Amino acid sequence: MSKRKAKALPDGSEWNMELLGRYDAEIGRIARNYGLEGYPHQIEIITAEQMMDAYASIGMPVLYHHWSFGKHFLATEKGYKRGQMGLAYEIVINSDPCIAYLMEENTLTMQALVIAHAAYGHNSFFRNNYLFKTWTSADAIVDYLVFARNYIAECEERYGLDEVERLVDACHALMNVGVDRYKRPPKLSLLKERERQKEREAYLQSQVNDLWRTLPPREAEAEKETSRRFPEEPEENLLYFVEKHAPLLEPWQREVVRIVRKVGQYFYPQRQTQVMNEGWATFWHYTLLNTLYDEGLVGDGFMLEFLQSHTNVVYQPPYNHKWFSGINPYALGFAMWQDIRRICEHPTAEDREWFPDIAGSNWRQTFDFAMRNFKDESFIAQYLSPKLMRDFRLFAVADDDQDDKLCISAIHDEPGYRQLRQMLSEQYNLGSREPDLQVWNVDIRGDRSLTLRHFQHERRPLGADTERVMQHLAYLWGFVVRLESQAADGSIEAVGEARYEKRRGDEGR
Amino acid sequence: MVRIIDRRFDSKNKSAANRSRFLRRFKGQIRRAVADAISRRSIQDMESGEKISIPAQDIAEPQFGLGDGGRQQRVFPGNDRYHGGDRVSRPLGGEGGGSGSSASEEGEGQDDFAFTLSREEFLDIFFDDLALPDLIKTQLARITEYKRIRSGYTASGIPANISIVRSLRGAAGRRIAGAAPYQSRLRELEVRLKEMLETEHRTELDTEVVALRQEMTRLRARIEAIPFIDTFDLRYNNRIKVPQPSTQAVMFCLMDVSGSMDEAKKQIAKRFFMLLYLFLTRSYEHIELVFIRHHTVATEVDEEAFFHSRETGGTVVSSALELMRQVITRRYSSGLWNIYGAQASDGDNWDNDSPRCREILGERILPLVQYYAYIEIAPDPQNLWREFEKLCAGHRNFALQRIEGLEDIYPVFRELFRKKLT
Repeated sequence: MSKRKAKALPDGSEWNMELLGRYDAEIGRIARNYGLEGYPHQIEIITAEQMMDAYASIGMPVLYHHWSFGKHFLATEKGYKRGQMGLAYEIVINSDPCIAYLMEENTLTMQALVIAHAAYGHNSFFRNNYLFKTWTSADAIVDYLVFARNYIAECEERYGLDEVERLVDACHALMNVGVDRYKRPPKLSLLKERERQKEREAYLQSQVNDLWRTLPPREAEAEKETSRRFPEEPEENLLYFVEKHAPLLEPWQREVVRIVRKVGQYFYPQRQTQVMNEGWATFWHYTLLNTLYDEGLVGDGFMLEFLQSHTNVVYQPPYNHKWFSGINPYALGFAMWQDIRRICEHPTAEDREWFPDIAGSNWRQTFDFAMRNFKDESFIAQYLSPKLMRDFRLFAVADDDQDDKLCISAIHDEPGYRQLRQMLSEQYNLGSREPDLQVWNVDIRGDRSLTLRHFQHERRPLGADTERVMQHLAYLWGFVVRLESQAADGSIEAVGEARYEKRRGDEGR
Repeated sequence: MVRIIDRRFDSKNKSAANRSRFLRRFKGQIRRAVADAISRRSIQDMESGEKISIPAQDIAEPQFGLGDGGRQQRVFPGNDRYHGGDRVSRPLGGEGGGSGSSASEEGEGQDDFAFTLSREEFLDIFFDDLALPDLIKTQLARITEYKRIRSGYTASGIPANISIVRSLRGAAGRRIAGAAPYQSRLRELEVRLKEMLETEHRTELDTEVVALRQEMTRLRARIEAIPFIDTFDLRYNNRIKVPQPSTQAVMFCLMDVSGSMDEAKKQIAKRFFMLLYLFLTRSYEHIELVFIRHHTVATEVDEEAFFHSRETGGTVVSSALELMRQVITRRYSSGLWNIYGAQASDGDNWDNDSPRCREILGERILPLVQYYAYIEIAPDPQNLWREFEKLCAGHRNFALQRIEGLEDIYPVFRELFRKKLT
């Protein structure tokens, strides 16, 4: 307290626009001193209700309308009104300029926290991480979403609410298997989308028609020769496949499939970098606000309030605690970034053995490299230290349905570190968390059925929703859809099939 | 300078469209829930929304995912007892432990999805069944006054609203946290001082003892200097405005509970009473309800018994009308009360009694009441209907309606409303 000088920022719980600007200027100055680079940002003040709106539409400022967003809104509203849930953190939009939402109910301290967390932490991550750079186009996303919403609203007017809802339901069911995991998507932009959308309609329809040509083949001979497989290579992006090849979809339906697919694809990097990204933002709000304090710009009251909410966020309940629901990405991410800094600044002998390349190095450079070039999976595989495993008291459990007991496969000890690190990394590999499903074959000369193949990993079967998702896929495809499963030994087993009957089209609802 | 945009005043209710889509999609389930709620609710309880639950399964959004089975590896935090290679029984950590399955990952349980319908939405669905004209709906749903109620605490407010307990609790925490380093240092010094004086037999004048004493005094001063209460600690009682609807009236509910009135007929009657009540709440601030049920004899009962107990036997309607007349003279005779009567019956009255009913109603009751509505829940006119029909011509404040379904209820009120509007 003695360090506080005349230049100290005003504190207290009330905020106003001018104060926010002053805080932002100070936080920004410190962030630049640390070398953080983000998009220019824009701060928007919203009410709690608007915050819940934003929550419900997966954090986007504009999005098409759908009942499921209404459901999320109701769930959020219930949680918030009962006080089970705070809304302070977390809404920041990966766009250029980066938009950070501040809620009017928050105190000045909380606003400063959110500014540091979102406008500087997340923002710099969005701008620099390789996944976001490759997969998302921050300058075009808002325009694209506007296009998407208008397009879907137009479809609703032309084809009816029910029809569009049915279609969007089906697309949502396939959203998690509608991403390109390897290919780079083309850049999105409003103008180009509009221009190309009509072109695409016409072109796609002609392609599909060609594929499903019902004219008799000219020569029987040629038929044999051309009985090649379709698709030639298995396709993992189910929505893409539906968009391009489903025989009965109308052009507008293909466009809607495309919209849902694009939105899903846009959020894919966020799902892959949760620990890193949240940890990064948490590390930076912690570091930036502490620097404010060290410089005497804020007082003890500010710090106490800030630390109270900070500690709540980074709390990790143990596995047998009633609040346990998996590893808290804020806790793990924050701890890892703190730990990397420690390894750089105060390495122990153990750190020198495990991380010879970063122990004792410049922590800012190490941070920059790590933030740019990793995703959760590789970040954990690369940087999870034995010390952190001990601090978190991590242990791995193998659950095998052929074994009547659980087996503790590794704990935080010398023989277990590497295995534990590898397993935790695997836990964040979306590829192994989600089933490996591919479009295997389409019977283009016969019943036009589509066959999906599930490649089993560790004998894990598909979940209970499978049948219902298959119904959705059958609706999109228009003909029979079959599902088969391939075990590790190569044996193939038929799992189920679904067909869409137009006459009882409403039954699936 | 950063751009700060105030969005608080634009585009409220962005999610309203999504919410109405949600309600639209689950209309079937919500209707059923509302119908259940109406049979459970008391007549007066029409001013709140309703908690609706929909089975989780209906509302789920399915996705391809991995099921249980096969071999899974999961990493958990907080090891307190295990060693590598241990074999333990399921579930992990014994009962009360974390949900050791991957289901907890997404946090979606199998509970029903519960949410609250706002009063407007609730009434909307209630009115839907009754086939009310839109103008009437808006008049009924209108809220005019507000009342302030308590709602938690905030960190800002006016001095009169300071919550002392909350503020001091926060202050105590802050003091403990702020003093902790000084306290622990002080304890160390005390031990050291004791040691010096007792074990090392130093005198009070010893320089080290003096230094120690000074240090201790300084630390105590630091602890003292921590403010007892800081503006940061202050918590204020929060009050929010809740809408309250805006002379007094008494509403008589008369119902035949003889054996021929089955549950379905009672439910129709209940909606009739509810609707009348709703209409009345628009005009009167305070409304009393009197429930009179009858078979061969009439009794005044509470609402619970009115709707839920069953009686058997014949029907003498005049007993109820006589009782109503007595209650009016005894309790509501002054000119301060607006009296409304609503009667539901299946019309099956003891033959000689019906003319008597007409007499009591026409001569002793109708002159006293603002409005009297009779509904007969039967497909064909019964003897009571034929008698009451004769009253219509001479009394403008009397309405009767034969009801087969819910949508027949509203016309009873049409006359009443036309009067109110002029």
